[in-house]
Formats: sequence, structure tokens, C-alpha cells
Amino acid sequence: MSIGGIDIVTLAAMLMAASTPVLLAATGELVAEKSGVLNLGVEGMMIMGAVAGFAAAVATGSPVLGFVAGALAGALMATLFAFLTQIFLSNQVATGLALTLFGLGLSALIGKGYEGVRPPPTAKLDFGPLADIPVIGPIFFSHDWIVYASVLLVAVVWFVLRYTRAGLILRAVGESHDAAHALGYRVVAVRFAALGFGGAMAGLGGAYLSLVRVPQWTEGMTAGAGWIALAIVVFASWRPWRVLLGAYMFGGITALQLQLQAAGYAIPVHILSMAPYVITIVVLVILSALHRHGVQAAPASLGKSFHASS
Amino acid sequence: MITLIRRPNPSKFWTYATPIVAVIATMFAGGLLFAMLGKHPVEAIRVIFWEPLFGANASYFRGQLLVKAGPLILIAAGLAVGFRAGIWNIGAEGQYIMGALASAWLALHVYPAESHWLFPAMIVLGALGGLLWAMIPALLKVWFGTSEILVSLMLVYVAENLLAYMAFGPLKNPEGFGFPGSRNLQSYPAAHNADLIAGTGLHWGVVTAFVAVIATYILMHRHITGFRIRVAGEAPRAARFAGVIPARLVVFCLGLAGAFAGLAGMFEVSGPSGQITDSFNVGYGFTAIIVAFLGRLHPIGILLAGLLMALTYIGGDMAQLMLGLPSAAIQVFQGMLLFFLLGFDVLTNFRVRLGRRARA
Amino acid sequence: MNRRSFLKTTAATTLVAGVGLPAFAADEPLKIGFIYVGPVGDMGWSYQHDQGRKAIEEKYGDKVQTSFIESVPEGPDAERALTQLALAGNKLIFATSFGFMDATVNVAKKFPDVKFEHATGYKLADNLAVYDAKFYQGRAIQGTIGGRMTKTNKIGYIGSYPIPEVYQGINAAYLAAKKVNPDVEMKVVWAYTWFDPAKEADAAAALIADGVDVLLQHTDSTAPQAKAQEAGNVITFGQASDMSSFAPKPRVSSTIDNWAPYYNKRVGEVMDGTWKSEATWGGIDTGMVEIGEITDAVPAVVKAEALKLKDDIAGGTVHPFTGPLNKQDGSVFLADGEIATDEQLHGMTFYVEGITAEAPK
Repeated sequence: MSIGGIDIVTLAAMLMAASTPVLLAATGELVAEKSGVLNLGVEGMMIMGAVAGFAAAVATGSPVLGFVAGALAGALMATLFAFLTQIFLSNQVATGLALTLFGLGLSALIGKGYEGVRPPPTAKLDFGPLADIPVIGPIFFSHDWIVYASVLLVAVVWFVLRYTRAGLILRAVGESHDAAHALGYRVVAVRFAALGFGGAMAGLGGAYLSLVRVPQWTEGMTAGAGWIALAIVVFASWRPWRVLLGAYMFGGITALQLQLQAAGYAIPVHILSMAPYVITIVVLVILSALHRHGVQAAPASLGKSFHASS
Repeated sequence: MITLIRRPNPSKFWTYATPIVAVIATMFAGGLLFAMLGKHPVEAIRVIFWEPLFGANASYFRGQLLVKAGPLILIAAGLAVGFRAGIWNIGAEGQYIMGALASAWLALHVYPAESHWLFPAMIVLGALGGLLWAMIPALLKVWFGTSEILVSLMLVYVAENLLAYMAFGPLKNPEGFGFPGSRNLQSYPAAHNADLIAGTGLHWGVVTAFVAVIATYILMHRHITGFRIRVAGEAPRAARFAGVIPARLVVFCLGLAGAFAGLAGMFEVSGPSGQITDSFNVGYGFTAIIVAFLGRLHPIGILLAGLLMALTYIGGDMAQLMLGLPSAAIQVFQGMLLFFLLGFDVLTNFRVRLGRRARA
Repeated sequence: MNRRSFLKTTAATTLVAGVGLPAFAADEPLKIGFIYVGPVGDMGWSYQHDQGRKAIEEKYGDKVQTSFIESVPEGPDAERALTQLALAGNKLIFATSFGFMDATVNVAKKFPDVKFEHATGYKLADNLAVYDAKFYQGRAIQGTIGGRMTKTNKIGYIGSYPIPEVYQGINAAYLAAKKVNPDVEMKVVWAYTWFDPAKEADAAAALIADGVDVLLQHTDSTAPQAKAQEAGNVITFGQASDMSSFAPKPRVSSTIDNWAPYYNKRVGEVMDGTWKSEATWGGIDTGMVEIGEITDAVPAVVKAEALKLKDDIAGGTVHPFTGPLNKQDGSVFLADGEIATDEQLHGMTFYVEGITAEAPK
């Protein structure tokens, strides 16, 4: 299937793999933000996941252990953030920025000596004859397990947030920490957990980058992916399935502009690269206009410090 | 367990003591890090904090401290006003870019003008560029209630792409052999923001930063608007009774921060940087957010925090050069400094009590 | 800061600039400084320059003392870093990114006794030399191998930025490939980055999806190599560094930026006082452009042909840009038998005739 020299099937297959790191990170950040905490340190957590995952995979020869280590490193970074913002009540915006700075530096120190090393390969899942189905095969049955896991995690997050008691508590904490506290929920503990999950997901996304997508370790290799993840959460108006859509849109536009170039079109690259951000703003405006007098799309306590005495 | 008890009033003692405690803690933690990297810890700390100020050739580096701190202080001073009111503009980086683009566009458009009016006109356009860019999140918030945090952040990326587009396209130096980047304004006398006293690093942007510190101090502490802003931030409901109109406050705060950031961009592109390139912005807009918080959103605090931040950059380069520390170690060190400063700040507003925590 | 220290500042700066730095005694090591735009661990551009620095240390031992500042942003930070190097007593300073150009010019003016070397720029001064490598020579060899080996007749090129250096590379590769395979087609994707592994991987995937089975890259990460390996039937070439971890396939050869011979030569010249400001554009002949080992994945005849071209270019008997040659729009670039001058190549911002892609505007 080809439109204007662009192979739609390849484009679709490509953007699924290309979007996986930001999809994972954005899903994690969504959970953190749902609990009312804005963690701008996604980039820092991702790159720590990338280096830790890489180092562990190289040391053990097992990509799976690499992914576990990546998630752990991301979660550790998030815990540091949680300590500062939840216990020491530091400002979330400033702490998040500091976390990114810290993560970029620390990952580079840890990663010295891993440059130019190749990680053990992550195999693609074998779907047998399914992969040979035209159109559907290459799009849906040609990936490694993390791609499927990322979509599954979106579903899990959606389900938990929507249908479980844990999800209810999380949302309650995010909407009004004072009310949640009055109801006897442990606001700080809930936020620690949400942040930890967010960090683990960002770390997983980072590990995917260094183990599968690139695959190599170099300083600063996330190159802004963490910031895109933040944008996607906003674009998605804090709904899990829309995160999937947003991640594929951001990934898709990059993939599309490269494919258009490959097909010989001279396109205004920078204007096109702006598009996802402009679309995000438009979506945000529409949502806030719709919710003007009703429920806000963003968790009401987002970015605010909580202390039990206040 | 540790329990925090809110103080009725912020502690005067800890307000001044926490930054010092934090810097000392960073020196220990940083020293440990440097020792792990096989460097002499005391020497490394000395190089970072002492060498730029009092070491050999300190006269040059003190000037560079101003060059580096100027934009940080100018942007942070504007941001802090909004932060005090609970208005979270985190898109200063974009406003900085737009100020630079607008003023550079004017200068390059009339190239090679010799008019004395060009530089003042560039200042106006720089402020306007930042201000208008900041009006997007401001008006969207006023009209639709859209979060200014997110819109201003998204607009950073739009501005970055616009910058790259201009550097590769319309503003490209026609005599640059096809390389991206504009003409250098440093060799364009009417548009050049030169050192006021050669070799000191003191240019109009630094002067403006100092003026901004004084102006925001008067605004916040000696003027009714400042009172309203503080009330709006601390007790939004009371603010309405005090006659604060939220919409005006949003427009004012974002406009002020945008104009300051735009000015910083203008002075940078016409002075130290000189050129519109796709790598023109180096994160001043984001670092300024940290500076604003390190300075506790107080103009004088911001002045000091901006200088401290600049010191770690310049001292960091020195440590690379003199001790062979990797630049990544400096980044980690800066990160630790910020963590400690932000974390210890809790002591200002809370009393720490050791003991069993009542069920929260 | 009070007025007094302002005055002191000015006085001291004048002093520094005025006195300059005393000529070093024979037994004192020559101090040499470098600034890099990326981290030394980028495995590409900055890494290769740092290899050059290490080569100086290896060759001159105690007679030199080198230091560097890495990850220096282009602009005022670069100017400060360069001044820092000069103030620290470095007598020879290498500024290793195009974007450091104006900063280097400014600092060179302030330190007339220090020798400056700026990579890939075009502004000279009495104490400021420029140097660059004829990377396009390496591209011609890659084009020859690619043109012979492609089965789909499509060669892909991941461009970094639309600047002369990259246009030279694309055109040289295309012309060489076309010479051995008239049906060959060139696909170009501009990534607008020197280094962004994820984006480079996407660019490679886009080209491969478009049927490309020979992939050239002008960006520095190994991400495209990994994509090519995944695709299975695609060959690639190392860029900047050898990228030998992807040999023998997909990486079948490479162009290596080898700054060591040049750096050693210039250091020697400073030591014996013969250094002078000049523009150097080194190629295969001086070793600045090194062709990485051609692996066994390349048929022996093709390998021989490529090596012959390498010798011919090095010997000066073949120039990748020899007329008759038209620009993409059909206008004449070189008349029959005419060889492109360095000036013409330095201003090359167009595709040659035969490349169908549109050049970015």
C-alpha cells in the first residue's frame, strides 16, 4: 500500500517501534501526574535507565535483565525526586529540572567505557504464519516483546485507573490531596508509589532506546525524548489510550517527514517538526474550553506541594 | 521517623543559613564524587569556587561571571514575579528565543544600517518578541483556562524549530558560504551590544539585569501590585476580596516575564553570542527557573543565585581544564547543589522533629 | 560588585592582553589546548579529535602538555573556554567545531602570541589557521563500492545539515556510483542533527523502507548501522570513526577522520618556529581522510577497484569532481575536463545533475 511514494505499511510498522520509548515514559509520567505530581525529570530518568539497562545487559548478556535494571534505575531516580518533593517539600518544577541535569551527568559518568560496545540483541517475537499476512503482518506481528509490553502496559494503566480501588485513590489524591488526606489516605505514600512507577517506566523507555532502538550507549543519547513524553501526556489530556495515540502521532510525524524526504520531497522540516507541539496546544485549548465550567482535564492538585498540616 | 511541623512564620535564621548549609553539604558530597573519580576533592572544590573569583586571571573570569549570570538573573527576576502569584511560566526559553529572533530580524533586515536608533529599536522589539510569545499562554489561560505551564513549555519547542528555520533560511548569512547562521552582529556596529567598558563583560544586558532586580524588588515589596501578586499566590480566595482581577494578573505576570526573557535574548544575540544559529539557545530559560527558586523568588536572592550558578559553570570549565574532570562530573555536581539547596529549604518553613510520626 | 573592583578588572585585563605570555623556555613543555563541541565519548566527531590529541601526547611525550574542555556550547561559552585555555598558558589551541569560528576569531585577536587552529571554518588571521578534511574523497570510494554492490540500484544518504561539506559528500558518492552503475539512484534524507541516535535510526529505516540497500551516513552515531544489520541485506560505511564493531557486514568500509598526522605536524612546526597561518584541506594523500578496511563482504574485484580509486585520488590522477558536470538544474558546473577548485567546492550547496531529490531550501 503506497500513497504518494510513501509506503503506509512500513510507516505504520516503523512508528510503532520508534514511538515505544516515549510511549513507555509518557505512560509512567501520566500515572505520576494523575497522583498530582509534575515530574519534569523524565529525561534524566530515561537516560539513567538507558545507561543502567545497557550496562546490566552487557554485564549479564541478558537483555531482559537489562530492562529490569533500567526500570530500577529510573525508579531510583524517581525516589530521589519523591524524597525531595514529598518529604522536603521542594518545588516540583525546579526539582524536576535539577533531576534531568543530574541524570544526564551521572549517566555519562557511569557510561564511560561502554561507548562503542554492542549490547546483546533482543529477539523479535516469532508469530509464525501471522507475520506473513499482508499489511497486518508487518504492522502488528513484526516486533520485539517490549513493543507489545508497552501497549499492554497502557491497557493495564487504563484499567487500574478506571476500575480499581487503587486507581480511585490515586485519582483522588491527584484531584485534591487535602480531601484525600481527610478521608484517611496516605497522600505521600501514594505519590511515592506513583512516582516510582513513573520512574520505572521512564527507565524502561530509556533501556529500550539503548538496547533495541539504537542500540548502543552514548552520552546524551535520549536527545530530548523525555520532553516529548511530557508533551504527550498533555496532548493525551491524561487519558492512557490517548497517550498511545499521542506517542504514535509524535513518532509518526518524525517518521513521515523522513519518509517524505526519502521519497524525494523537499519539505520544510522545521515547520513540520513544530506541528505536533502546535497540535498539542490546540488539543489543550479545546479540552479546556470544553471543561471550562466542569471537570478540568488536568489533575487539580498537579504541581502543588502537600503537607498534612496545611 | 522525621516529622515536619509548619512554622507560623518563615525562620529568619534558616532563610540565611540554608543556602550556606546546602553549599557546604554539596562540597562534601561533591568532594566524595571527585575523590571517587580519582581527583583530589579539596583541590577540585577550590578550583570550582575559588579559582574564578580569586585565582590567576580572576579579573577576566569575574567579568565572565557577569556575562553568564546576566541573562539568568534577568529572566529569573521576571519569572519570580509570576511564580509568586502562582502563575507558572516555564517557557522562558521560548520567549528568550523569540526576543532574540525579533531583534536580530530587525537588525538584519535593515543591514547595514548606521542609525543610532537601531539599537534602541532592537531593545523594544526584543522585549516585544518575548512579550507577545508569552501572551499566547496568558490569553489562552484567560480565555479558556488552559494550563500556562504546559502551553508555555510546548511553545519552547515551537520557538526552537522556528529558530532553526530562520537560521537555515531567511536569516542565513548571504556571505556565509552556505553555512547556517546569520551575520555576526558583533561586526555590525549599530546593532552590537558591546562591553560598556571593554573587557569587563559588563554589557547593556547585565545593566538591565541589575535594573530588573531593583525594579522587581520595588514592585514586589514597595508597591500595591506586588502585594496583590503575593496575596494571589498565597491566598487566592482572599485575593478576590482584595480586588485582584485574576485575568489581569495572568496577563501582567506572563507579559513581564516574557518581556524580560525577550530582552535577555536580545542582549545575548546582539552581544556575547552575536549570531542567530540553530544552537543559539543554551538553556538559560530553564536554568533561570532553577535560579528563581534558589533565590527563593526574592530579587536579591535571585541576584546571588544567578551569580552562584554562573560560578559553577565557569569553575566547572576550570576544573575540566586544570584537573581533567569530565564535564559530566560538573553536571552531577550542579545537580547535587540544586538538590541540597531545594531540599534544605524545608527548614525555613518547617521545624523538623525526630520521633514517631502521628498517623498522617 | 563595587566600583573599585571594576577598575581593578579593567586594569588587570589590559595587563594580561598587553604582556601576553612570555616565550617558553626550551625545557618547559609546550602547552596545547582543545575545545570539543561534544563529549569525548561521542564515538564520532569529538572522539576523533581527542584521538588526535592523544596521538600528540604519544608522539611528543614530556615535551607537550595537553588539556581539553568538552561539551562546549557554541557561542559565548566557546569564547570563554578558548580564553580560559589561552590564559592557562596554552600556546597552541585547537577549536574543533565549525560553530566556534567567530569565537575563535575574537580570542585570537586578544592573544596574538598564541596560535589558534580552527576546524572546518574559513576565517584566517595571522595567528589563526584553518583545517578541514576532503571527506568527499572517501565518499567517492564508498560510492564506487555502493554502485557495484547495490541490487536495487538505490543508494541512501543520511545528511546532517545542508551545508557544503555534506553536499560534496552526496554528490561525490553519486558521481562515483553512477560511473560504475548508470542506473543508480540517490535518495537523501536530511536529519538536521550531527548526532541523535533515535532520529538517525528512523532516517535509516525510512531509506531502507524505500528500497535502499546501500546506506551512507553523514551523522555520527552507529544507529543506522544497527538498522542496516537488522534489515539484513543492506551495506553501510563507518563515518568519522571506523565503526568496526559492525564489520564485516553491514559495515563494509569507512572513512575515518584522522587528525593525528595534521596535529603532530602542526605541533612540530610550533616547536621549531615554522608554524604559519594557512588553510589546510587534507585528503587521502596526507592521511587526514583514512579509508577503513574494506571487508570480505565486498567482492575482490570491487575491492580492487575501490583501492585503485583510492590510490588514484591520493596520487592526484583522479578528482571526484571532473567535468563535464552539470548542476541539478542543468546549468554547467564544470566544462569538459575542468576540475573543481577548492573555492567552488567550498560553496557547493546544490545537487549535481541526475539526483532527482529536491534540495532543501
